[in-house]
Amino acid sequence: MAGPAAVRLTGWGFRYATRKAWAARDVDLRVGPGERVLLTGASGAGKSTLLRALGGLLPLETGDAEGELTVTGSSGTGIVFQDPDAQLVMSRAGDDVAFGLENTGTPPAQIWPAVDAALAAVGFPYGRDRPTAALSGGQKQRLVLAGALAGGPGLLLLDEPTAQLDPPGGDLVRQAVVSALADRRATLVVVDHDVAAWLPLVDRVVELLPGGGTVEHPPGWRPVPLRLPVRRPARADGPPLVTAVAAGFTHRGSTSPALAPVDVVLPAGRTLAVTGPNGTGKSTLALLLAGLRAPTTGRVVAGPALTAGLRRPDREPARWRAAELVTRIGTVFQDPEHQFLTGRVRDELSLGPLRAGSGDADARRRAEELMDRLGLAALAEANPFTLSGGQQRRLSVATALATRPSVLVLDEPTFGQDRETWAELVALLAEQQDDDRALCLVTHDPVVVAALADDELALGAPVGAR
Amino acid sequence: MSAPLTLGAARPVRLSAVNPVAQLTAIVVVTVVLLVSGGLVTPLLVLAAELTLLPAAGLTSPADVLRRTWPLLLSAASVAWVNVAFGAGTGGDPWLGGLALAVRVVALALPGLLLAVSTDPVRLADALTVHWRVSTRFAYGALAALRLVPLLAAEFETIRLARRARGVDAGRNPVAAVRLAAGTGFTLLVGAVRRGSRLATAMDARGFGSGLARSNARGSRLRAADAWFVAASVAVCTVALTVGVLTGSWHVVFAG
Repeated sequence: MAGPAAVRLTGWGFRYATRKAWAARDVDLRVGPGERVLLTGASGAGKSTLLRALGGLLPLETGDAEGELTVTGSSGTGIVFQDPDAQLVMSRAGDDVAFGLENTGTPPAQIWPAVDAALAAVGFPYGRDRPTAALSGGQKQRLVLAGALAGGPGLLLLDEPTAQLDPPGGDLVRQAVVSALADRRATLVVVDHDVAAWLPLVDRVVELLPGGGTVEHPPGWRPVPLRLPVRRPARADGPPLVTAVAAGFTHRGSTSPALAPVDVVLPAGRTLAVTGPNGTGKSTLALLLAGLRAPTTGRVVAGPALTAGLRRPDREPARWRAAELVTRIGTVFQDPEHQFLTGRVRDELSLGPLRAGSGDADARRRAEELMDRLGLAALAEANPFTLSGGQQRRLSVATALATRPSVLVLDEPTFGQDRETWAELVALLAEQQDDDRALCLVTHDPVVVAALADDELALGAPVGAR
Repeated sequence: MSAPLTLGAARPVRLSAVNPVAQLTAIVVVTVVLLVSGGLVTPLLVLAAELTLLPAAGLTSPADVLRRTWPLLLSAASVAWVNVAFGAGTGGDPWLGGLALAVRVVALALPGLLLAVSTDPVRLADALTVHWRVSTRFAYGALAALRLVPLLAAEFETIRLARRARGVDAGRNPVAAVRLAAGTGFTLLVGAVRRGSRLATAMDARGFGSGLARSNARGSRLRAADAWFVAASVAVCTVALTVGVLTGSWHVVFAG
């Protein structure tokens, strides 16, 4: 059995067959056997491309490579990607870990001991028969890691393995990586935006530069602290715009509530952060406050300042017509792509105003104004689905702002973003805190809470999670 | 999330002890016999034998049985009704003909239902690839895709709400409702294709479809009980055919 792998890239570059620009270029990188290296760099610097190349997932027909790339001494490669649901294959935990071993033709008698060893190495707390559908995101990703390690690879590649997890889930995955590689049986290359979290666990940090080339950060290097917007002075409570009175929600056919009854007030001019572990109903609460779902117990009511001009002001927001809703409550979902409806950035921004009854000229003017302010003007004709993650996020916030709602509800606006996009989004949200607007942010990010929130609602332990 | 569509290990029932390929063989036997058998007696006898398997498949209460079989019963009833309404001119008693057809439909479909409620999809894939040399790429690819189905249901709801948040709803206009549902479905499809291709990459990275001979960790064994199960289904069909011929009820039909 070969030991941990050594990686050596000299002047390496790669260009996808469908693109003109190089995805990565002039990469020089040496990783010794058993070393742990963190790869950083802005979105689009080619980190994922490099990782795929190391994993042998860029066959010749996908594009042109230049320079040299060698992986020596490796007895195979394990890869973990972002989304656990796009990596698990089988419905039971043990079967999923066994999947990779079956693919390499491992005799069945050797498979189960290897599966048990891999599950133990990542600290998977359940048995082989655990249904994968019943796992939390962090535990799913641990299971994916066990599957990657089961074949005893000499090289382990992690491509933003914690980007879709809440902080406790991310911790679970990092602990699992540390305990599984404690004996340095495999070389580790990690790509992740969360530099601070990985820094104590790796030996070296290498940054890929967007224009090509690499920079090796010296030992003791720390990322530059994030620049936060100047906090505006807290305001006195304005009139309540949306109020939840003992509002709770239970999915049809479910025995335990998705959200236990809670009282919330969103007054004009203030920002509320909703925090708490996964499974406490934060996103569900956001949907109730946004008038997208009706609570199954209690009520969500809108104040007179918000209901002015409605045909039926006595109705709950969940029963308003969509065109009435967009000018009053704007919502930004976790995944921007769920909200895009048109083929051009420009149309995307004028859609809301048109729906709400603005004239053509008005809607167009509003779109131009927002594109200028948010730095999207150069992308006016681009298809929203082709934008980068950060641009998509900015566009989705802009579409919600287009109709000038008095209440803005955002679900995890900074989740999984690189540092640059993170800072842009926080600055953008800080700008929205004027005009007597009420903001409601669902977030796991304590820095966002510190930077923006006037009030914090921490939802408690999961209901029925015993 | 407790989605009703969640696929997982089916709760093992007594019928689960029969290997899926033995069940499939029995289904083939029953299907061939019923497809060529006209008259009421033969399908009725086969159906009676199938009904005795319901408890073994975990369907004990009438409510359970009804919940699983109502679409089947509905289609059988509509087949019978069509025969009564339009088959009057073809000779014979239309009511008897309709009844015979309905019984045939139920007797044909029930074995598939028994297989579905008693068989874990993973065991089915194992049995098909081990015993019948079905392509592993097909069988396990299908399993991986099945895992994504409950996720799609949750995502459809999210997309629907996200559209309302953009000011798009159908109001009371049924045409707009259809267009909206189509648009939501398209967004869902785009997302599903993307996730599917990411899943395919992850499976490639784990050596799936690399050309090596694949092994099977769980295995799939054929036992004496499986042979008995197939033999019993042949015996039931033989008896049903014999009685059908002796009572003069049986006549040959082609597919219909």
